[in-house]
Amino acid sequence: MLELRRVSKVYGQGAAVVHALGEVSLEVDAGTMVAVMGPSGSGKSTLLTIAGSLEEPTSGQVLVAGQDLATMSRNDKAQLRRQSIGYVFQDFNLLPGLTAAENVALPLELDGVGARKAREAGLRALTDLGLADRASNYPDQLSGGERQRVAIARAVVGDRHLLLADEPSGALDSVNSDAVMRMIHAACRQGVAAVVVTHDAQLASWADRVVFIRDGRIVDQTAPAPGPESLLGQDR
Amino acid sequence: MSVRHALLALLSEGPKYGLRLREEFEAGTGEVWPLNIGQVYTTLQRLERDGLVESDDDDERDSPQKRFRITADGSRELADWLRTPPDMSSPPRDELVIKVLVALLVPGTDVHEVIQAHRRYVVELMQQWTRIKEADAGRDLALGLAVDAELFRLDAVVRWLDAADGRIKRAAAEPPAPARDDLPKLRRKTGATP
Repeated sequence: MLELRRVSKVYGQGAAVVHALGEVSLEVDAGTMVAVMGPSGSGKSTLLTIAGSLEEPTSGQVLVAGQDLATMSRNDKAQLRRQSIGYVFQDFNLLPGLTAAENVALPLELDGVGARKAREAGLRALTDLGLADRASNYPDQLSGGERQRVAIARAVVGDRHLLLADEPSGALDSVNSDAVMRMIHAACRQGVAAVVVTHDAQLASWADRVVFIRDGRIVDQTAPAPGPESLLGQDR
Repeated sequence: MSVRHALLALLSEGPKYGLRLREEFEAGTGEVWPLNIGQVYTTLQRLERDGLVESDDDDERDSPQKRFRITADGSRELADWLRTPPDMSSPPRDELVIKVLVALLVPGTDVHEVIQAHRRYVVELMQQWTRIKEADAGRDLALGLAVDAELFRLDAVVRWLDAADGRIKRAAAEPPAPARDDLPKLRRKTGATP
């Protein structure tokens, strides 16, 4: 679903040059969650914005659903972002003047779906996340955990194939973080490919595969996880 | 894990047979701590000797037919134990910490690579615990709490590795001032003197 081929990103030039990413290759199949784990400044957020076509790589290729982003027009890319890619950022990015349901329905409406249909789809996504009774509340009337769930509903509404999340549990407590990761995981079980960048090992441990990034390079990754029996079988 | 106090806790709900105590112990710890029936009976015998539980007088057999109940002393012991913090003042001898400290001394060793090997292993363990939590979906409270404890413990290990990574990187860039001489005891206590 998402493929990065030897992607590099360089900011600035001369003495002020910063190599944010160095020849990063990464493949994320439909139905799987990959966590990119690294300290701040390791290039993980840059990786995410490039994967989401919000920023262009200096070199290398980015393919979403088999399509090379470099060969797409601005309009096509904008459409891809609206239709296929869901974003969840640390600060949620909800529009303060819209209700929860309107925020969730917005990407569909922007894409030409009728207002009523978009609203219905938005309500369904909110209901799935246990927020049906908060649908007509504005962001400032919601708790941090509720705002984050609205942001996730907005990211998965419609027919998204790729979910990109940057520290998706932000400053949430561990119970709310769990709920957020459970939702992203549920979306993956329905075929969505997800990339979660984080410095938090507990968040990363929800992923099918954890990729470790240091100084703009992928240095290591976890082995495919054995089943839980390997832990529960141990006699302590 | 104090099997002794867990059994007292289960008996504080009412008299029970040994076999049932084992089942309830395992269920109560989210089946993360398996217990064999031999352990249950040995522990019950000691509790009886110490006057913290009593069994049916008319039955001398050590068998699943023997029923136990908690005494007043047992209840007091249990209440005291629940409120007494375990001793956490002395850092345990942590093999992982020692390995990283030793790696610093071995010429030609990339400490960051050593750290990453440990980080990967711990994150893989955390993935397995998270799978258990995910599969249970919050149904079993005891299991959820036990898995969280394990995840937070392992998370602390990863955080330490991250901090060590950063500290070693910084130290390589700017060599630190010589260590203070008045801290040898603390260095020994924390294992920082290999």
